[in-house]
Amino acid sequence: MALDGARLLGVNRVLVGQGADLAAGLPDSIVPLLAGLAPQYTYIVAAAAAAGRDLMPRLAAKLDLMPITDVVSIEAPNRFVRPIYAGNALQTVVSDQKQNLLTLRASAFRPTGLGDAAPIEPLPHAPVASAARIIAAHRTESDSPDLSTAQIVVGGGVSVGSAEGFKLIEQLAKTLGAAVGATRAAVDAGYAPNDWQVGQTGKIIAPDLYIAVGISGALQHLAGIQGAKRIIAINSDPEAPLSKMADAVLVGDLFTIVPALIAELDRLGVKR
Amino acid sequence: MKILVAVKRVVDHNVRIRVRPDGSGVETAGVRMSMNPFCKHAVEAAVQLAEKVGASEIVVVSIGPKPATDVILTALAMGAHRGMRIQTDAELETLAIAKLLAKVVAEEQPDLVLLGKQAVDDDSNHVGQMLAALLDWPQATFASAINPTGDGLEVTREVDWGRETVALPLPAVVTADLRLNTPRNAALPMVMKARSKPLAVRPVEDFGVDLTPRLRVDSVSPPPDRAAGKTVGNVADLARLIADDVADLEAL
Repeated sequence: MALDGARLLGVNRVLVGQGADLAAGLPDSIVPLLAGLAPQYTYIVAAAAAAGRDLMPRLAAKLDLMPITDVVSIEAPNRFVRPIYAGNALQTVVSDQKQNLLTLRASAFRPTGLGDAAPIEPLPHAPVASAARIIAAHRTESDSPDLSTAQIVVGGGVSVGSAEGFKLIEQLAKTLGAAVGATRAAVDAGYAPNDWQVGQTGKIIAPDLYIAVGISGALQHLAGIQGAKRIIAINSDPEAPLSKMADAVLVGDLFTIVPALIAELDRLGVKR
Repeated sequence: MKILVAVKRVVDHNVRIRVRPDGSGVETAGVRMSMNPFCKHAVEAAVQLAEKVGASEIVVVSIGPKPATDVILTALAMGAHRGMRIQTDAELETLAIAKLLAKVVAEEQPDLVLLGKQAVDDDSNHVGQMLAALLDWPQATFASAINPTGDGLEVTREVDWGRETVALPLPAVVTADLRLNTPRNAALPMVMKARSKPLAVRPVEDFGVDLTPRLRVDSVSPPPDRAAGKTVGNVADLARLIADDVADLEAL
């Protein structure tokens, strides 16, 4: 991780904190370390992912700063745009704080390139034991690309009908080298793991292409895909909100269309 | 176990919101309001915990103008025992909310504070974490399961790569995610009974917290419109469209 970070264009220095107290990722041990470093920096930034969402507000309160989270655009050094109401409105805020603590939506910014390797320095710290302890982890095993940053995402809704049905979604995703997403209803029904959920309460994605299969388009889900450049819908209902917002829609039964589509893509030699 | 639950009144999540044409914010006048869905999961979790461990008191607090009483009554109807509304007409930032709640915790001395992980109006996802920081308590955010153990809680959290379970000593702050439970709809007798439960109203000034906003909202605008799409006739046409998209990606 430190080596990867050091090679990114624009990175001047990588500080590495090591120790059992930090490895667990628990906020009450990590935040004291970050709070100690914070006074040296004008901006303190993390990705708006689970870890950043867990840690950064805690750090902000420790520093008596009002954080600006889920930023999708930086318009000036103290002027930031963030979505509210599940992305149905965009709020522009101005901060006159001496330091700003931000979380950024990865999907809203282009990744930086590679540059010269920056020095990596150890970060000595006095360990702070967390009051909490991790006792189990359930990691979803998948060889598909990361959902938050994938160029193509294939999403399935509750009409996919079963975990078995989601195999079909995964197969289409595999053909396209795409990540797999799911609606809240599909996750609630147990058809897909929770970390596939896309929407206001799940992951926010902005792929170049989103293929929505059997997804009607609850507001909650639409909040997660507003950044998608192109949207293709496969749905039996041409009046579904997602069918209406898609760039292209094929109306019909997903269980007929998806296998035929996979075969047709194979015939055209599409393989990523 | 004494549990404090913080709840927020927001525009009902089924309402399609409208941005005011002058960019000053989202129209809330004459719009249906209700308890933030995540807060409902937090209230339900408190009621279920109290049912499991017995001998509990659930205190519910909301910060806002008079109509915020409605969401406190909803929580009381669901099974909370006592309510508190901190009276303010101002829209407070999450940091100020967390500071007020820290004062309430100092007064009430709960073993556990439960909150929704975020409010669906500002989508901040701050207050639980901030409150835990101010109290120096451990936190477990985005909870999808809470089980009492002998001396604390086991909380399962939804994270980017799956789920993790943490053993959490009390006192602690836990924020609720949507898969935590199915909030109950209070039956009419409970709704009636809620009206007779104690509900204190306290002016925000009582708490001696500096509420000055740190940020200025410059404008609120609707998201950009998407152009209308087209209907594709058959699978072959759809496959060609996708193949073209993929070719464009490869060309980048």
